[in-house]
Amino acid sequence: MADALKEAEDFRRNFPLLNIKMNDKPIVYLDNGATTQKPESVIRAMCGYYGGCNANPHRGAYELSIKATDIYENARERVREFIHAKKSSEIIFTRNASESLNLVAYSYGRVFLKEGDEIVITIAEHHSNLVPWQLAAKATGAKLKYIYLEEDGNLSEKDIDEKITEKTKIVAVTQVSNVLGLINPVKEIAKKAHSVGAVVVVDGSQSVPHIAVDVTDMDADFFAFSGHKMLSPMGIGVLYGKEKLLDKMPPFLAGGDMIEYVMEQDTTFAELPQKFEAGTQNVGGAAGLAAAIDYIDEVTFEKIGAIERELLDYALPQLRALPYIKLYGCDSKKDNKTGIITFNVKDVHPHDVSTILDSEGVAIRAGHHCAQPLMKYLGENATCRASFYFYNTKEDVDRWIAALKKVRKVMHLED
Amino acid sequence: MSLENIYTELIAEESRNPENRRHIDGATKVELGHNPSCGDEITLELKVEDGVIKDASFTGVGCAISQASTSMMIDLIKGENVEKAHHLIDLFLAMVKGDIPEDDERLEELGDAAALSSMAHLPARVKCAALSWHTLDKALADDKSEK
Repeated sequence: MADALKEAEDFRRNFPLLNIKMNDKPIVYLDNGATTQKPESVIRAMCGYYGGCNANPHRGAYELSIKATDIYENARERVREFIHAKKSSEIIFTRNASESLNLVAYSYGRVFLKEGDEIVITIAEHHSNLVPWQLAAKATGAKLKYIYLEEDGNLSEKDIDEKITEKTKIVAVTQVSNVLGLINPVKEIAKKAHSVGAVVVVDGSQSVPHIAVDVTDMDADFFAFSGHKMLSPMGIGVLYGKEKLLDKMPPFLAGGDMIEYVMEQDTTFAELPQKFEAGTQNVGGAAGLAAAIDYIDEVTFEKIGAIERELLDYALPQLRALPYIKLYGCDSKKDNKTGIITFNVKDVHPHDVSTILDSEGVAIRAGHHCAQPLMKYLGENATCRASFYFYNTKEDVDRWIAALKKVRKVMHLED
Repeated sequence: MSLENIYTELIAEESRNPENRRHIDGATKVELGHNPSCGDEITLELKVEDGVIKDASFTGVGCAISQASTSMMIDLIKGENVEKAHHLIDLFLAMVKGDIPEDDERLEELGDAAALSSMAHLPARVKCAALSWHTLDKALADDKSEK
């Protein structure tokens, strides 16, 4: 698909923010792993909801409230289709992936784990799929075990094989690492987990925006992602869970809209998914998420993959030609790399790199990327990360690399 | 704010200067300073005797601004009494927050550390420059309570 990048130019026009300037220069936005920009259609869907359809869903018996309920429930159905779940009642709206993963850790982990049970996660987890399990392990006396990495950044197959045992009750794994950008074999991991009777929790934050996801095919028991990393507003996220598991779990948050009957001393709970959606929900955000899914459907994952691949193929040889650049996760032996390039400039701290790129209008991420155990495992305190989306262009890569070539000079170091 | 005013030769060189990176035998106070959002951390070591900072050093990792700021602070406070150190902490923090104009005569007291006055124009990095000074403040506060 040689013309993939030409289409990126067309997509850009739908994103108002990509026309702004940063430090008096047209912005080069390469922090899509942190959050993506929003197309006009998503912004319009949000405005349209608040401008013409806003009422509290599921409550009022009047036309406007019914309209709001329809918008909210249609968004749920859009999400179900998008990730290929069987029933829309298995789609729970949350604030973000962190809340989704906490829901599972609290309402499943802390309820069903016992002392001596084991939780297996990977060293490449974002803190949001790590700290909740650490806390669940401490609260229940379960043990937290890690799958480490091969030399090329992929998960160790030996560890997958050996660490998931009869004692394992939960396997929590990210589908794509937010630092290494490598797609993990979640389907195989789920198979292994199920063979020992464990449930598998997949963090899809970095996969859902970039690759086609099928939760039924991968056989995930729980699957979490955030809307804001896939063109949607902040504050709307999703937890998919298998009905038979969600049914036996107690509520996570209690309050309005999640009940059936409330008596002085007792309460019975609403059916799925309302059981897990206490209080007034983010309907405007759900409307934005549905519009984002429509937009992605039009772009297609085929094109998203092709554009990100072309950008990688264009950028990586140029980076490898710079002797002072160190790359992480860019030498995978498998064909499983998404558009994330993590790097360091020799003798320059990532925050200084980021400040220097900022002065050239280039936005990247610097720091530990909410993955401190992974940083430690890689032997670094911090790294820089450039992450692409389908609206990035070769010109963005050119401006990024030109700015990168200035870094050592600004720091009074030789090239 | 141009990069030349932020990453001056003095700041770049000082960030790599090994002189103050060491341990102190018989340190009276070892204080860890940490910016959780970026992972930068320094460990400040002080030897305070009779109310005077006889020796100071640090170890740690972080950006050029945090490392240069720490090293320059150590040069400044060594040999000073605790009271003066508190005065310098107030002065430095006021400077990086932009509460004191860059050409104010009082900043001369900060010596090389006055070079970090440019941070007042770089809000994202104030915490880098201030890390060592907050750590010193904490170390001295703890030290006082022990007496």
